[in-house]
This record gives sequence, C-alpha cells and structure tokens, in this order.
Amino acid sequence: MSGRLATSYGQDMALLNTPAKRWWTLVLVVAAVALPFVLEDDLLVVLATAFVAAIGAIGLNIVTGYAGQVSLGHAFFLAIGAYTAAALSGDPDSTRLIGFGITSLPVWLLAAGLVAGLAGLIVAPLAARLRGLYLAVVTLGLVFIGEHVFKHWRDLTGGVGVGRPAAVPELFGLEFAVDGAMFTKAQKLYLLMFVLLVIFGVLARNLVRSRIGRALAAVRDRDLAAEVIGVDVTRYKMIAFAVSSFYAGVAGALLYVMIGFVEPGSFNLALSVQYIAMILVGGVATISGSVLGALFITLLPRLTRELPAVLPFVSSSSTAGGITVFQVEAILYGLLIIGFLIFEPRGLFGIWIRIRTYWKAWPFSH
Amino acid sequence: MTATQTRPEETAPAPPPVLSFDDVLLEFSGVTALNGVSFTVEPGELFAVIGPNGAGKTSIFNVLSGVYRPQRGSVRFGDHELIGRKPHAIARLGIARTFQNIELFSNLTVLDNLMLGRHHHHPYGVLAAFAWLGKARRNECANRLAVERIVDFLELAPWRRMPVGLLPYGVQKRVELGRALAAEPKLLLLDEPVAGMNLEETEDMARFILDIRDELGLPIVMVEHDMGLVMDLADRILVVDFGRPIRTGPPREVAADPDVVRAYLGEQHRIVDRS
Ligand SMILES: Nc1ncnc2c1ncn2[C@@H]1O[C@H](COP(=O)(O)OP(=O)(O)OP(=O)(O)O)[C@@H](O)[C@H]1O
Ligand SMILES: [Mg+2]
Repeated sequence: MSGRLATSYGQDMALLNTPAKRWWTLVLVVAAVALPFVLEDDLLVVLATAFVAAIGAIGLNIVTGYAGQVSLGHAFFLAIGAYTAAALSGDPDSTRLIGFGITSLPVWLLAAGLVAGLAGLIVAPLAARLRGLYLAVVTLGLVFIGEHVFKHWRDLTGGVGVGRPAAVPELFGLEFAVDGAMFTKAQKLYLLMFVLLVIFGVLARNLVRSRIGRALAAVRDRDLAAEVIGVDVTRYKMIAFAVSSFYAGVAGALLYVMIGFVEPGSFNLALSVQYIAMILVGGVATISGSVLGALFITLLPRLTRELPAVLPFVSSSSTAGGITVFQVEAILYGLLIIGFLIFEPRGLFGIWIRIRTYWKAWPFSH
Repeated sequence: MTATQTRPEETAPAPPPVLSFDDVLLEFSGVTALNGVSFTVEPGELFAVIGPNGAGKTSIFNVLSGVYRPQRGSVRFGDHELIGRKPHAIARLGIARTFQNIELFSNLTVLDNLMLGRHHHHPYGVLAAFAWLGKARRNECANRLAVERIVDFLELAPWRRMPVGLLPYGVQKRVELGRALAAEPKLLLLDEPVAGMNLEETEDMARFILDIRDELGLPIVMVEHDMGLVMDLADRILVVDFGRPIRTGPPREVAADPDVVRAYLGEQHRIVDRS
C-alpha cells in the first residue's frame, strides 16, 4: 500500500508529470537539435551564446529569484570561471601568460565552477548578514575589486586591450572550436552548448524542487518563520551564493569559448545588469524563465542591428549622427526592465503560463 | 473532559515536566515584557496562557522558540536548556509553533508549506538534491506521505496545490497548524489559534486541537483571548498581566480569582464561560 503510494508521489513529483509537458519537451528538443542544419552559422553562434548565458542566468536566479538575495556581483563570478578555464587550458609554454595545457572540457569546466563556487562561499558569510540595498552595494564592490585586479594581473589576463585566448573546448579528442569535416565550428558549439544547458538546467530544476529549493524560498519570503520551523537561514543563504557562483563560473568559462577571447575590461557592472535583466524579463524564480530571458536579451542586439535599415534616425556608428544602435539597446534594456517590473512581474514565463492556461493542455485537452 | 488525558495530580510518581519555564526576565530598552514568569508543562497537558493585550504572552513564545533572548531565567525542554540556542536548533529539538499573525510562505502551495514543516525529517544534502534520483526522491516521497496524512487530518485536501496567499483566513490558520504538526513536534505552541475566526471556524479549530491532544497525546501551550475556548479546553491556565504572572491553576479556580478578574476588568475584558 505505502509502496504504491510512494511510487505515485514519485510520479507526481517528476519533472515531466503530465503528457502535455512530455510532448512539448520532445517537440522543443527535436526542434533545437534540428536547428543547426537549418540556420546560418552566425545565428547558431548567437543561439549558442544565449544557451551559455542561460546557464549564468539560472545561477543568478537561484540566489536572487529563489533565495531573494539581490546580487550585482554576477560579473565577478563569471570572470573567475572564465579565467580559471582559460588558465587551465592555456598554453603551458607561453612566456607571457599562465597556462597548464589541460584542454579537456569536463576538467576545466568543473574547475571553473568549483573555483567560482568557492569564491562565492568565501564572500557568502558576509553576504548572509546583509540584505536588500546593502547586499547589492557589497556585491557591486566585488565587481569593482575584480575589474581592478583583472586589469592589472597581466600574467593571468593579458592586460587591458590585449587579453588572452579563451579556454580550448576539447572532449575525448574532439575539438569543438574548429571547423571539422562533418560539422562547422558553429554547429559543433551550438550542439555542445545545448547539451550543457540541458544538463545544468535539469540539475537546477532538481535543486529547486528539493528541500533545498523550498528552504531557499522560505528564506526569501519570511526569514523569521523559516528559522523558527528549523531552516538555518545563514546556511541556506550561503548555499544559494555558492551554487549561484558555481553556475556563474561554468557560464563564464563557456561564454568566452564562444567569443574565443577574454578581455579583462568586459567584467563590469553592465554585464551584471544584463543578467539582472535576463531574470527580470524571463521570470524571477523559474528555471525556464531564466532560459527565456537569456534568449531574449542575447537575441535583442540581433534585432536592433537591423534598425538602421528600417528607421532613418538610427545609425550604426556614432560618426554617422543621430542615435546609435548601441544607445537604442541600452534604452531598450532599461525600458524592458521597467516594463516587466510594472506590467508583468512574472516575466515572459508569466506570459507563457497565461497562454498555456488559455490553451489548456492542447493537444491533450480531450 | 476525556478520560485519556493525564492529570498531573493523578499520576504518581509524577513524570518530569516536558517544559519548565523558570523566572524569566525579558526587557526591551525600557519596556519590561516578562518579569519573573515561571510555569511548567506536564506530559499530554493543554496549558493555556491568558492576559490582556501587551501582557507578554507572545513574548513567552518568542523566548521559547529562541527569537528573543531573555536577560535572566532558564527554559528547560526535556534535558536541554533552550536559552542561547538559535530558533532553528530549537525547532530541531521538537518545538513547533503557530503565530498570532499568520507567518506562512504565501507564494508557496499548501503542500510546500507543509513539506517545509518537515524540513529536518528525512534530510539530504545539496549534491543528493542535484541528482534527485535515489536518496532525494526517496526521502521526498517519505515526507510527502506524512504530509498527505496531515492534509487528510486537517481536511485541507481541496486546497493542496493552491498558493496559501490565495486562501481564506480561516484556512490559512489551519495550514499554519498543519505546518507545525508536520514537524512531528514534542511540544506544540499555538498563539491565538482562533483569533479573527467566525463561530464555525472556531468550532472546527477547537475540534482539531482536542484531536491533537487526545489522539497524539501532544502537550500544547496555547495563548488565546477567546475565554470560552480556554475554559473548555485547558487543563491549567497561566494568567499574566504587565509581564508578571498573576495566577496558575485549573480553569475554574483561575476564573474565580479576584486578582484575575481585576486584571481583566482593568482592560475592559470579562471572563465568561460560554458553556
Ligand atoms: N521586539 C520588541 N521590541 C520592543 N518591545 C516589544 C517587542 N516585543 C514585544 N514588546 C513589548 O512587550 C510587551 C509584551 O508584548 P507581547 O507581544 O508579548 O504581548 P501579548 O500578550 O502577546 O499581547 P497581544 O494580546 O496584543 O498579542 C508589549 O508591551 C510589547 O510592546
Ligand atoms: Mg500576542
């Protein structure tokens, strides 16, 4: 009796617990795997970058969306991941840069996550004492300290304007960042990043539906009540920070694989704000929302680049007069954040839920 | 009164009290919230704390659950001294409570709120949570089974999957009781369980409280302004006023005490036995 019940609870708690969810997931996966054979390479690169950004956004959503700790320090942890990976897989014979020649992707990816996660754990006790604006300011401080260190630690970062090559993605002898006989570089990277996003996405979904995820939500909603029912609030804030930083480290390592190059000036406040925009636009405290938001924010520049052709007062460079596409992008980020906060606080995910409720479980509604 | 309950004066030799609250002083910059409050709670007893507004009743609970740290006194629960322990550690020892103003996680569903009540039962770590299959899934199922029993017991089934913020006040009060019960506590603290409820909701809640004491044999400390309820349910009553204990004893004796009547009349209250 209890055995049967337990199995049915197990099914009830499964990630894909309805036929509709299973069907739509299948459709999405098939579509995502088919895309590299349909789309142009440059679009594939943008999509692959968006998949990586999604891993980073999931990380930020765990600390900010689930645990309610507003962090502006995400860029700092992205940087730690990027440099850990780049240094590990870097050329060991280089006289200019630190390098260990470990190009195996699982090794440097895990290391990038762990080093960033450890950095998160080190600042977490401080962060766990603060909340709201104070926490935002302290984490912002991390970004400034990081920027300074990265700009001056030339052995690691190559220095401003020079930079260093990103990590080399190699898996069991297969090189991803070069064109091959069967697949182009873009196709290979797209598929690699898609698989990684699925892995890290499922892991994150597992975490947030577990007792850990519930405890994080409890800490966010009412920390006093959480403590009184037995949740060690400080411990869970630290867990949130460490996991979030781990995800940022992984994303940081992969992000620069897409670009091929790490520039120390790129880990600034604007990068952190971009990730905040992703989770606000996508949906706070949802994993699918993080993915939607990352896709949206990463694809947005592709759309704005088309603007000069359509709108005469938008130009593609500052010398041509008028308003530039970059300014349009900055304004759009701002408008999107404000718009979603006011009109749809649950983000794109909230809109999706409404559409889904409207269509019920189509095509399984009968 | 039911025959199953254990009266302290009937059992000999008396088992040690579940809780002894001893000579507690609690001050907030100038305000004395508790001054020399002492009482014990015996196994299986329903112990009520009454007193006018601001008398210090909630403060007693906050000292018990580690939210406030008193300047003097001792609180012993079984073999453990509670003063100086963090709230989450006290919860783990087996004390669960409800709050005067509902403190539920309003974005979460009824099920999730109850599951949170069981946070320290069948625990597992972060890595097991990431993997899910195996230990995490097994332990979640075990906790879910226990939670579903409480859903049945408190008749919460219609609202299981709804965010508690959307539920009527009376149901939220019941969910909060459920969250406390889910912890399988050794001592239950109820802070005004029927405040703001209509007659029907009050009767339902009274029935649940009686069931909890009689079927689970769980000792309960209850703060309540509804004198009818207190007189009907309590084995013993502690009356506090301005942070001082005025009288402790069985309902009938307490109601007849002139000091108690005075404390209440001063606050425009009147002790009326509804039965
Ligand atoms: N955190 C606090 N800071 C300052 N004063 C406090 C605090 N908590 C309680 N008090 C004071 O202690 C006294 C007792 O408060 P308490 O909440 O225990 O009363 P109560 O008996 O529960 O009253 P009520 O019936 O209104 O719930 C009051 O004078 C209150 O103002
Ligand atoms: Mg009170």
